[in-house]
Amino acid sequence: MKVHLTRRYHFAASHRLHLTDCSDDENRAIYGKCNNPHGHGHNYSVEVTVSGPVDAATGMVCNLADLDGFSNKEIIERFDHTNLSMMPLFEGKVPTTERLCVEIYDIYNKGFKHAHLEKVRIEETAKNSFEYTG
Amino acid sequence: MIYLTRKAEFAASHYYHNPAFTPEENQRVFGKCANMNGHGHNYVLEVTVKGEVNDRTGFVVDLKELKDIMNREVVDAMDHRHLNKEVPEFAKAIPTTENIAIVAWKRLAPHMKVAKLHRVRVYENADLFADYYGEE
Repeated sequence: MKVHLTRRYHFAASHRLHLTDCSDDENRAIYGKCNNPHGHGHNYSVEVTVSGPVDAATGMVCNLADLDGFSNKEIIERFDHTNLSMMPLFEGKVPTTERLCVEIYDIYNKGFKHAHLEKVRIEETAKNSFEYTG
Repeated sequence: MIYLTRKAEFAASHYYHNPAFTPEENQRVFGKCANMNGHGHNYVLEVTVKGEVNDRTGFVVDLKELKDIMNREVVDAMDHRHLNKEVPEFAKAIPTTENIAIVAWKRLAPHMKVAKLHRVRVYENADLFADYYGEE
């Protein structure tokens, strides 16, 4: 009996959307106010969906303590109260939430071994969300 | 084909305990959910059905009928109840969010005549939910 389990985490971070090889006017045209020189921030919500059979002894797809432990260490501690534009992870790349979604998917995909990864969905604001399923 | 989702809420208590585990194992695996005095949540049940839109009514399913089935089979059975003690399926199975989704599916599926059950989603809180799509 395969069940999908989804857990939501929260972190706050800043970024600036800016291409170094474009002029100020071009950057402004592409990114609008997201290109403002000093950056801006969001409260991001990350929804991670894992799946698998429900273990008969525990009733669980995976232990939430394992998922929370991994997410706190690998996602929250890494991204909370940071400037995404300054992170080596995004060196030479614009830290849009599309890219953030792919990076966070890859972190779970490589490191989280307690259940099958289905999807990472990130809400940048209540109006914008992004999903990556690999 | 169209998908329609109806939501309902219920409040219930539960604890996580496997009698085959030692007290230490129960504590290690289930953490504070193992407290035998139990604790509770406001659960949200989301039931998604799928089917064709009826030409005459414009419905994929009669919403009143779906609401009655959800209330009778799940909400009335679990609302303001202790899941371990009052819902027979949880006499043995541990009432995790995963298992509640499976139990809700099994209770609802036999009653879905016109539209087909597509997904049962159970929220334990805003930050945690389980989805069950039946046997795949």
